[in-house]
Amino acid sequence: MGHSYGARTVLADLTVRLTERRVGVVGANGSGKSTFARLLNGLVVPTEGTVTVDSLDTRTATRAVRRRVGFVFQDPDAQIVHPTVAEDVAFGLENMGVAPAERAERVAEVLTRYGLAGHADHPAHLLSGGQKQLLALAGVLVMRPARIVLDEPTTLLDLLNARRVALLVAELEQSVVVVTHDLPLLEGFDRVLVFDTGRLVADDSPAAAIAAYRSLMAGRP
Amino acid sequence: MTLALYVPTGSPVHRAPAGAKLLTLVAVSVVVFAVPTLPVVGGVLAAVVLVGLGVARLPPALLGRQVRAVLWWLVALAIVTGVVGGVAGAALVVLRLLALVLAAAVVTATTRVTELVAVVEWLCSPLRVFGVRPARIGLLIAMTLRFIPLVAERAERIREAQAARGGTVRGIRAWTTTAVPLLVQVLQMAHTTAEALDARGADDDAPPARPPSRGRR
Ligand SMILES: Nc1ncnc2c1ncn2[C@@H]1O[C@H](COP(=O)(O)OP(=O)(O)OP(=O)(O)O)[C@@H](O)[C@H]1O
Ligand SMILES: [Mg+2]
Repeated sequence: MGHSYGARTVLADLTVRLTERRVGVVGANGSGKSTFARLLNGLVVPTEGTVTVDSLDTRTATRAVRRRVGFVFQDPDAQIVHPTVAEDVAFGLENMGVAPAERAERVAEVLTRYGLAGHADHPAHLLSGGQKQLLALAGVLVMRPARIVLDEPTTLLDLLNARRVALLVAELEQSVVVVTHDLPLLEGFDRVLVFDTGRLVADDSPAAAIAAYRSLMAGRP
Repeated sequence: MTLALYVPTGSPVHRAPAGAKLLTLVAVSVVVFAVPTLPVVGGVLAAVVLVGLGVARLPPALLGRQVRAVLWWLVALAIVTGVVGGVAGAALVVLRLLALVLAAAVVTATTRVTELVAVVEWLCSPLRVFGVRPARIGLLIAMTLRFIPLVAERAERIREAQAARGGTVRGIRAWTTTAVPLLVQVLQMAHTTAEALDARGADDDAPPARPPSRGRR
């Protein structure tokens, strides 16, 4: 599989089959990690080859794929669409057609789990960067997608919240793909992919892949 | 921007149905225009303040902010109507505007946006025959309320970043140097927001009936 934006090839000659529960993706800025993540739920369709999720082609079964794969983006501000915290978490459930009573229950449960229960009725724009990140996560996890893709979920978080997210990821029963620069987050993962300028340069256990990534970066001027 | 956003105090006013509150707001507007006498308009204003502070237990500062936002309007109106209609006329106009502004503030501060939006969606439902989707209108309103403070905050951050590097913070130059990066940020954000809406199922016409099953990726 490969992907180009116009004339610019961002991912080339990539063949992977992800069956593990915890897959990490690391690599330099601009190496194509976010593009890879977007390919996994059909937000981006490959210009070459195909991407299939549970044998659904992202090109033809886009909607079914998106319903199945939850996606959390890098910029939390851009994905919070309702003015208050609880309303935003309820948004995805509304789209799924979940009844109001069950909706309220699931929203309350998720807000508690993310330490946002005290902020349910607060305006989203008054949250701190880290709280927004947690809210963005909560808004997707409340939908209980079968699989989850997280693009740099701990970028804005302090140590405590980053550890909280790491624990949450470890507890999730779904299979998860995490793009990150936060290497400790990948501890205990089943597999880590290393991207460099659009190519998969390592595909190994976390320790081995991170070592390969470090030596790759150390070799740069 | 002076949007009186939801202030939860759990009062009976908060629990009242959004439709009833909006209807009351309409009634208040009709009364202060239909019966333009000082006792009636003054009485309505007093009732609004009483409900806002006493029953809904809203912070006085919140209502004060709303008044301050229209202060210059009030002064200008008072002067103009004072010249034309004397002190009584000016008082009437000022009290009427105050009653309207505060009544609107009490309603928005005690009603969740989703509830207001539900009423708007219901009001728009006859438009369905013309192919309009009321849920879309509701989402549009909610997103507008969400992104106004966000864009204001981004503009402020750009201005701060420029000030920190010795840029101008006032005047036309400050505006033009803020506008371009702001536009770029807003467009980028709009792109991600569109993707996030897709990813969270906003484009689904019919909600899926069955829960997602588990297979292998
Ligand atoms: N929509 C787009 N149109 C054109 N080029 C794009 C687009 N999105 C990404 N790119 C380019 O593709 C390349 C890979 O981008 P991508 O976002 O996948 O990198 P990344 O590994 O996630 O980087 P980072 O660590 O900074 O998040 C970059 O050079 C980027 O400029
Ligand atoms: Mg990225």
